[in-house]
Amino acid sequence: MSDEESKSESAMDNTEDKPKSDAPTTANGEPLHGVLAEYHTPKELLAAAEKIRDAGYTVWDTYSPFPVHGIEKAQGIPWTILPWLVFGAGCTGLTVGLGMQLWTNGVDYKYLISGKPFFSIAANIPITFEITVLFSALTAFGGMLALNRLPKPSHALDHVERFNRVTDDRFFALIEATDPKFDDTATRTLIAETSPHHVEDVPADTRSENLPKFFTYVAAFLALTALIPLGYAYSVRGTTSTQPRIHIVPDMDFQQKFKPQRGNPFFEDGRAMRPQIEGTVASGDLQDDSHFYRGKVGKAWARTFPSRFTPNEAAMQRGRERYDIFCVPCHSVTGNGSGIVAQHALELAEGTWIPPTNLTLANIKQQPVGELYNTITHGIRNMPAYGSQIDPEDRWAIVLYVRALQRAQAGNVSHVPAAKRAGLK
Amino acid sequence: MAQITHYSQWQDAPAGDNEFAKITDAVVRVVETPRPPPAWYMAFALALSWLGILQLCIGFLFWEGIGIWGNMHPVAWGWPIVNFVFWVGIGHAGTLISAVLFLFRQNWRTAINRSAEAMTIFAVICALLFPGIHIGRPWLPYWMFPLPNQMDLWPQFRSPLAWDVFAVGTYFTVSLLFWYMGMIPDLATIRNRAKSTLRRFIYGALAMGWRGSSRQWHRYERAYLILAALATPLVLSVHSVVSFDFATAQLPGWHTTIFPPYFVAGAIFSGFAMVVTLLIPARQFFGLKGLIEMKHLDMMCRIILATGTIVGYAYAMEFFVAWYSGSHYEGFAFINRAFGPYAWAYWTMVSCNVIFPQMFWFKKIRGNLWAMMLICIVVNVGMWFERFVIIATSLHRDFLPSSWGYFIPTPFDFLVLMGSFGLFFTLFLLFCRFLPIVAIAEIKSVHPAAHGDH
Ligand code: HEC
Repeated sequence: MSDEESKSESAMDNTEDKPKSDAPTTANGEPLHGVLAEYHTPKELLAAAEKIRDAGYTVWDTYSPFPVHGIEKAQGIPWTILPWLVFGAGCTGLTVGLGMQLWTNGVDYKYLISGKPFFSIAANIPITFEITVLFSALTAFGGMLALNRLPKPSHALDHVERFNRVTDDRFFALIEATDPKFDDTATRTLIAETSPHHVEDVPADTRSENLPKFFTYVAAFLALTALIPLGYAYSVRGTTSTQPRIHIVPDMDFQQKFKPQRGNPFFEDGRAMRPQIEGTVASGDLQDDSHFYRGKVGKAWARTFPSRFTPNEAAMQRGRERYDIFCVPCHSVTGNGSGIVAQHALELAEGTWIPPTNLTLANIKQQPVGELYNTITHGIRNMPAYGSQIDPEDRWAIVLYVRALQRAQAGNVSHVPAAKRAGLK
Repeated sequence: MAQITHYSQWQDAPAGDNEFAKITDAVVRVVETPRPPPAWYMAFALALSWLGILQLCIGFLFWEGIGIWGNMHPVAWGWPIVNFVFWVGIGHAGTLISAVLFLFRQNWRTAINRSAEAMTIFAVICALLFPGIHIGRPWLPYWMFPLPNQMDLWPQFRSPLAWDVFAVGTYFTVSLLFWYMGMIPDLATIRNRAKSTLRRFIYGALAMGWRGSSRQWHRYERAYLILAALATPLVLSVHSVVSFDFATAQLPGWHTTIFPPYFVAGAIFSGFAMVVTLLIPARQFFGLKGLIEMKHLDMMCRIILATGTIVGYAYAMEFFVAWYSGSHYEGFAFINRAFGPYAWAYWTMVSCNVIFPQMFWFKKIRGNLWAMMLICIVVNVGMWFERFVIIATSLHRDFLPSSWGYFIPTPFDFLVLMGSFGLFFTLFLLFCRFLPIVAIAEIKSVHPAAHGDH
């Protein structure tokens, strides 16, 4: 579609041109907008349109209650560029839709959802399609209005009483006075030849299309006030404040409860957290069996298992299970210190890494059970504490299992019970 | 409906000395009459009070939280999503009639397209309501849109729920444009006949200065054709995307490739049923029998029959695939659907959607307004149950038997569903009263008088 065509399209719609100085006038001496002819059927209109077209007029139009079939040809209406506008909008929508998803999910903020790729055409098609359609549809509608110069509140034809029936059952043709070929007599003769049912002079529209001043002021005022919140937000951007932030919807940000380390006026000392009452022990907190709870006999590490713990087959299995849960990631199943955490750390090769100790080394073997127990409870150097996660009973079970691992390293057939030896090879 | 004939002003032949003027008069007098028929007032009062109930319920919902509904694990989606899918489905017929039938040059659509489009818009409004109030914190729905924010987060565009936002949002916008654009020439007709300045001003503003120029008609028709061509794939995409909400989940009973076409067929099915339900009374009360003829209703019944049969085929195919796939879970989901605790809902759905519409094979039934009305209401009920069955029966017994349960709705579930009908009918009745309910210009353009020389 060429520029030329779109230009001619607008030229034909341009009914705003001021009448020339020697402009034709109506019978009453008002400036003339054009001459209007009325027809009763689409057929009459088509015939008239062909005549006017052939006479070479350009600034004229026909009007009908519905699109008359064949009028484009009869009137010589150029093909509209609207489809191309829509095509352009569709391409833009496609790009915007795909680009938005690529950039937001694939570049700016990547997050992995069930291992799916960050950007894959298949998963992004629905939204791309919808945005393409949306852009195209808005352009089809907006483009139609814009090319048709709508909305158009006021028009010369509004003053013609008969013209009201154009949206009902009448058909009209209007040759405008601004047409270069317009001639007071020749044009009227031509119109008479098309055998209209009625002919009328249309005076030019003298009403102003401008909005009243009042509207302008109000609009300007509203526009300015609308900027205030934005301006305020901009001015306080990045500043600090001692006031709590504004909660428009409080969600559950404020709850009526006392938090640790906060004050509570109910108590004399004003503390929300209550200290232990002097000379008392909370139930279960006594832990007077030092061997069992701390792995110590007197000041020294216990060398035997506490009396409350029975090292039997069940305890061994329990110890294996707990060890596999808590220790394997670092110390590995065999206890040699090459768990997956350690392996991954080596891959990263960051240099500061302290590897988990090989539990089957001689120095660990020599450690009393109480010391091993203590390592689990409180951790050691770079190893975190597991006391809060593992019960004392289970800690002892793990120690038992670690002992088993240590023996297994240097084990031979003689360590296996006679009954089970047959199964080994 | 015999007793209504005494509202003679509606049943008189339209004034006007030629065919075009008669069409104008028949439609515009509905808008111009100082007082609509009493039935309109009755219906409007009823619809308005249900709308009020809906507002109260939503107010209480925002105050108290979604615990007022029966939504509970395992059926956390509950009725709000059932209602959402139900209303979106209804909202499919309008655009289908306007766009698809337009592209196929089915001229009979001109009698019903305007009201069907209006119905679409109102149904989509009802549909959009539900995700909005279902999210629990209704002040945060803007999180669904890609707005820059201080957390530097973006929506997850690979999720079908995000697709839904775009699909339904686009569908609403495009349907609205289509509907409004189609109305511009008719609004100009009302403006030109208006007696009071206020009317002239309001309809004039809505008509945007349309004066029926042929150069304008040319672009208008192009734009209309383009919109129709855009709306056709769009209407198919919308319910497909809604079905992805289910189909992309790995739940037996949802995870199936038949969902998109099955949902689209169901949507057209329910949409047409709703159009018939609305148009039969509308044409009776507003004397539009000359424009919305029996043959139009007959065509719609045929489409209901066709789509109803497709839906029946889909039901059967789901069972077949559940068996043929050899998946135990899939098999269990369907046996449980038909014979488990929700068997009552399943068989209600099957009889409403598959068995009843088969009556439209008979010409006699397609010519009987009461029968048509009844079957279409039954279809609407059945389609609501279809969504309920899909959601409730699949969720209530999934892989973990320890978390099986049974969904029990609360009174608020019922009130909100009824209230959404109140919203829908309020809008539709206002439309009947104030806007051209038949596409005047389009009807004229396909009238024989417009082609007098052939
Ligand atoms: C997060 C990794 C990690 C886990 C889990 C872990 N350890 Fe360790 N462990 C280490 C590291 C690292 C060291 C060496 C600490 C150092 O030398 O700084 C270590 C050292 C040890 C030592 C040697 C202490 C000494 O005296 O040198 C023992 C015994 C031990 N761990 C036992 C266990 C047991 C039993 C468990 C399971 C309850 C366990 N660890 C869980 C990382 C871990």
